[in-house]
Order: sequence, then structure tokens, then C-alpha cells
Amino acid sequence: MPQNEYIERHKKLYGRRLDYEERKRKKEAREPHKRAEKARKLRGIKAKIYNKERRNEKIQMKKKIKAHEEKNVKQNTEKVSEGALPVYLLDRDVQSRAKVLSNMIKQKRKEKAGKWDVPIPKVRAQADAEVFKVLKSGKSKRKAWKRMVTKVTFVGENFTRKPPKFERFIRPMALRFKKAHVTHPELKATFCLPIIGVKKNPSSQMYTSLGVITKGTVIEVNISELGLVTQAGKVVWGKYAQVTNNPENDGVINAILLV
Amino acid sequence: MEMNNDLPSSVQAKFKSDTGEEIGSPLDLPLNVTKDQLTLICNALLQEEDKPFLFYVKDIEITSSLKEVLDTVLLNSEEVVEIIYQQQAIFRVRPVTRCTSSIPGHAEAVISTSFSPSGKQLASGSGDTTVRFWDLNTQTPLHVCKGHTNWVLCISWSPDGSKLASACKQGRIILWDPITGNQIGKTMMGHKQWVTALAWEPYLKNSECRKLASSSKDGDVRIWDTVTCLTILSLTGHSKAVTSVKWGGSGLIYTSSQDRTIKVWRAEDGVLCRTLEGHAHWVNTLALSTDYVLRTGPYHPILDRNEPTTDKKVLQQRAIERYEQACPQGAERLVSGSDDFTLFLWLPQQEKRPLARMTGHQQLINDVKFSPDTRIIASASFDKSVKLWEAASGKFITTLRGHVQAVYMVAWSADSRLLLSSSADSTLKVWSMKTKKLELDLPGHADEVFAVDWSPDGAYVASGGKDKVLKLWQH
Repeated sequence: MPQNEYIERHKKLYGRRLDYEERKRKKEAREPHKRAEKARKLRGIKAKIYNKERRNEKIQMKKKIKAHEEKNVKQNTEKVSEGALPVYLLDRDVQSRAKVLSNMIKQKRKEKAGKWDVPIPKVRAQADAEVFKVLKSGKSKRKAWKRMVTKVTFVGENFTRKPPKFERFIRPMALRFKKAHVTHPELKATFCLPIIGVKKNPSSQMYTSLGVITKGTVIEVNISELGLVTQAGKVVWGKYAQVTNNPENDGVINAILLV
Repeated sequence: MEMNNDLPSSVQAKFKSDTGEEIGSPLDLPLNVTKDQLTLICNALLQEEDKPFLFYVKDIEITSSLKEVLDTVLLNSEEVVEIIYQQQAIFRVRPVTRCTSSIPGHAEAVISTSFSPSGKQLASGSGDTTVRFWDLNTQTPLHVCKGHTNWVLCISWSPDGSKLASACKQGRIILWDPITGNQIGKTMMGHKQWVTALAWEPYLKNSECRKLASSSKDGDVRIWDTVTCLTILSLTGHSKAVTSVKWGGSGLIYTSSQDRTIKVWRAEDGVLCRTLEGHAHWVNTLALSTDYVLRTGPYHPILDRNEPTTDKKVLQQRAIERYEQACPQGAERLVSGSDDFTLFLWLPQQEKRPLARMTGHQQLINDVKFSPDTRIIASASFDKSVKLWEAASGKFITTLRGHVQAVYMVAWSADSRLLLSSSADSTLKVWSMKTKKLELDLPGHADEVFAVDWSPDGAYVASGGKDKVLKLWQH
């Protein structure tokens, strides 16, 4: 092992031999002759190995030459981009909108069956004990029929509370949500959209009616500002979305639009 | 004394055409005379047979009887009532009601569709770089023409219907033979950016259909000789993209541009005649009052059905007659729609100043069309509405609302009684000019409708859009 870069150092200090370039050129010029002689002299297995190596080398060389030639030819075959637009829209920055919407009949059929092809098919069941916290009530705190929802909820606009004395389920104000961040899977864009309702909480029918939003819940969102239309030319305004995060941990609702 | 507020039982009335010529002497008409009876009288006075008319008293249309109009107009019974009559097309185009076929074939959005001047052939251009011809009788694909290397943005039939010019996003123009589907001549190259519009020289000027004007995004307008496939003239003067080009019947070329001007050029030597200024933003679209006459040229789709001829002199004579009928003093009117939400009406042959400025739209105007009888202008806007204007004065008539998204294009039926609009909300809508209301809603497309055309004989409507199918609609 050489200690330090002594060759380079020497070169820097004293320069190269005066005939270095000339010798190098001659050596390189002699190289093919040397190789040819070697190839001629070798016999047996050694010749076989050597020839195979040389053949591979030649293949690589030819490939390289071809690649260089292709690079030199000016490529004017411009790729035709997708999403053709008429002349009158070319100068305007149109937002790419969703492709063909699944038609209404299909959607209705799905609704009836109550099954969706959802992004998160398997949802962890939420136990009652996890969702509800028992509140003690009564003068001596003996009664324990009041429940407080500890998850994020959606409470409709027209909800009126029962008299506090008789209210069984308390949905805390701090955990009530009105908007969700909904991602359109094809557009790969996210919009903050108002929630219309909770369609289904897979854990329990009761959670659905209470409006509890946990991971995997299907909610209905108002997408009228996205400007999607049905085949009949009406504006679509309600669509379903599935919640993808744990809203109670994150403080926001993230969802994926079901299209 | 008691005032008698009731109207008398009869009034003095005289008939006047919409161009101001009086016919006959004043008549004593009973007030309960109906529209049909007025039509009979008018036909008798003009010595015509069974021609349909519209009647107006002080710009109010008589829909049932004379009485109801006079009620609203509050008339002095001593005065002679002027009844303005307008002749309507003697044929009637039935509204398209159903989709007879939706033909797949294009692999990308259909950007442009166009019927031939005779209404017997149909072509479409698409984002898949092909031009396709369709057989209207069987409603099947006829030819697929490959030659372009990018989106085919605009197509245009030559006035004799023997050639189709198509232009692509790379600025190349190719001519196609509609019978064989082969390319004619060489590809015309010259534009540095995409071509925005094509316009052929009208048939009445030259029955050979040799010259073609094209406008481009690069700010040039080129006039091509389609036989040698070379540029004859290059009209440069616009400082920004040219959005539209129209070749008028009097030998003038009109171009609109994003530099806010409209320029008028003399076609034979390319001299700039006039620059029309007034718009405050991009000028998007132009329409000539003679558009329909120039498009159909010698082939009146309905009246000529019984007397076909191939003699070019006869055809040219017919084209000239039709043109003179459409603009009696040879004064074409031009309307321009712009990004500043207004339309301007011009008389480009005579003056630089606009005849009228039409305001009312709340978004940019994308398309403007004169009705074939040159009486009404329809403008389509991104504010989801179509507005109608009187073509003579630029007076606002009404707004047609119904679309829920931007309206892209409008198309008139040949008899000017129906209007069709296509929109981003994936529907076509047919509007009746009689009631000024929605006649029919035509859903069917799965996505935005980019291009629509009503065949000049009124039998078919072709529409294409982002959902890649071409749809044909019929009664």
C-alpha cells in the first residue's frame, strides 16, 4: 500500500517527463497490436476465456457508439400530450377536472346495497367504552346514565339540544366538526369542503345516528364548488367520502372522495 | 264628460318591411285581427304565396292578435299603426330531439366538428392527431386521416365541399380529399405556433376554391395557395396571437387578436385597410352577418335540392345572388366578442367606429353567431348564459339561462327559428326563437362538449367533446 499520494505529489513538484505524451501515444497505438498478438498466441481454455471477454467488450463498444449516434440526431417527434383542448381554451388555464363521473344510476344502486368499494375496507371496531365516557349525575352522583362522546362528531345545523337534565348523549362543542379535507383521488387535489352528514359509521348504527366520525367512517360532503356535473348536466353537490385519519387524535378530518 | 278609455274597434294600419319599404296604402283593420289573418293580408299585398311572416308594432311582436299589442302600446286611434313585417324562412327545421348514434373512434377529445357546405358530409378533428370523416347515411366511420403530429385544432371545408383543411397545434395545415380520405398536396408549413382559425376564400369570388387564410397564435395570418401549397401572403401586424379570421364576401379579411384590435385587410394584396379599436381585452371571436351565406355558398341546402348542377358559372351566379340577398347594399356587419365581457357591432367596410356596444355578460364571451337570416346575434359566454341581440341595432333581446356551466359554442338552425348551445356541463340545449325559451335539453355526453355544428340543411347536429365520442342528433 502506498503511503500518501506520492506520485501525484512528485508530478506536481517536478512535472512529467518531457516525452511523456509521446510515449503515452505510442503505447496506446501499440495496444491493438499487442492484443492481436496475444489473441493469436493463446491456446485452449485461456483462448476461450479471452475471446469471450473480447467479444463482450466489442458488444458494449458498439452499443455505446449507437447511443451516441442517436443522441446526435435531433429528435423532433414531440410527444402528443393528453387532454386535448379546443382553440378557445388553449390560452386559458383551465383546471383539469375530474374525468367522466360514474353515473347516477350506478351510484343509487350502490347506495341501496349500502356497500361501497372504499379505500379503507377494514375498519377497527370502536368499543362503546372507548367512544363513550360515563358521566355521573344526580345529587349524590349515583346515577350513571349520561354519556359523553369522546370522538369527533358532526352535528347537523338544525340540531336542538334536549333539556340538559334529560340529555343522554353529550357531544362536546370542541369535538364538533363542520368541514373536512377531502382528496379527489384522480385529481390528486385536496379541498376543504363542508360536511353534509354522516352516512355510515361501520362500527355501529348508533354511532351513525349520533354523527360520530372515526377512521373509516363514510361521510357525505358538499362538492358543489368543485363544479362536477352529472350526465344530465346538473351540478353534483353531495358525494361520499371516507375518513382516512383518526380525527380525534389529529384535530382535522382527512377523507378520500369515493368516485 | 266621461272619458272613453276603450279602444276603438278598428284602426288604420299600414305594412312596412324591416328595411323600411311600405307596401300598399293604409288599411282599416279590426282590432281582433289575428296573426294568421295578418299573414294572409301580407301575402296578398306582396303577391306571394304562403310565406310565413313575423309582425311587430313598435318592436313588440304580435303573437296572437293585434289587440293585445295595442293594449300595451297605448295608441292614439287617430294615428296610422305601422306594422313591421319580417319574412321568415319558408322551410322549417325540426328541432333535434334524440341522439341517433354516438360513434366512438377518436382516442382523445373531439375538438372540432364540421358539416360540409352541402350538409352531406361530416368531418371531425381530435386530440388523437387524426381527422375523421363520417358517413352520415349509415352513421359510421368513413375515413381516418393520419398526418398531423399534434392535436387537430380546427377544420374547415372548402366552399365547394371538395376539400377539407385541417390545422394542428404544431402550426401545420393539411388538405384532405373527403372522398378517398387521402392527403392532397404537401403539408403547408410556415406557422411557428398553433393555428387558431381557418377561412376559405368565398365561392362568389372564386369558384376554384384555391385560397385559404389561416391565423395563428404567433400573430401572423397567412394566405395559402392550396394548389402549390405555398404562402402567397403573410399578413403581419398584430402584436399578439390572432384568435379568429373571417374572409368576407366583398374581398376583405377580418382578423381579431389578443392585442385588443380587429384588423381589416384587403385579400388580394394584403393591404391593411382599417384597424378597429374599442375592446379593452382580448378579442375572442368574430362573426359576419353573411357567415351562413358564405359557408353554404352556392348550395342552398333546401331550395337547391331539386335542381342540382355542377356548372361552376351557374353555381357562382347563385352564390352571388344569395350574397346580395343577405346583404343588400353590400355592407357586411361584423360582431366581435371579447374578454372584456362586451360585444361590438361594426360596419367594417365603411367606418372605424362601432355601430353599437353590447354589454350585459358577466364573463368573457366565447362564441358569437349571426342567425342565417341575419336578424339576431347569439352570444355564448362563460357566465353560463346565452344572450340574444338584435343584429340591426345591437339592442338586447333576452337572456337564455339554463346551463349550469360555461357555454362554449352556439349553432343556428338554417331557418333561424332554433338555436343550439353546447356547454361544459355536458349537455346541449335547443332554444326556440319564437318563445325565447328552452325547447329541449339534450343530455348524453359524459363530459364537456367542445364542438357542435348544425348541418346547413338542418337535418343533423354533430357534437363532440371531452368524452371522445362523436354524437349525431336528429329529429
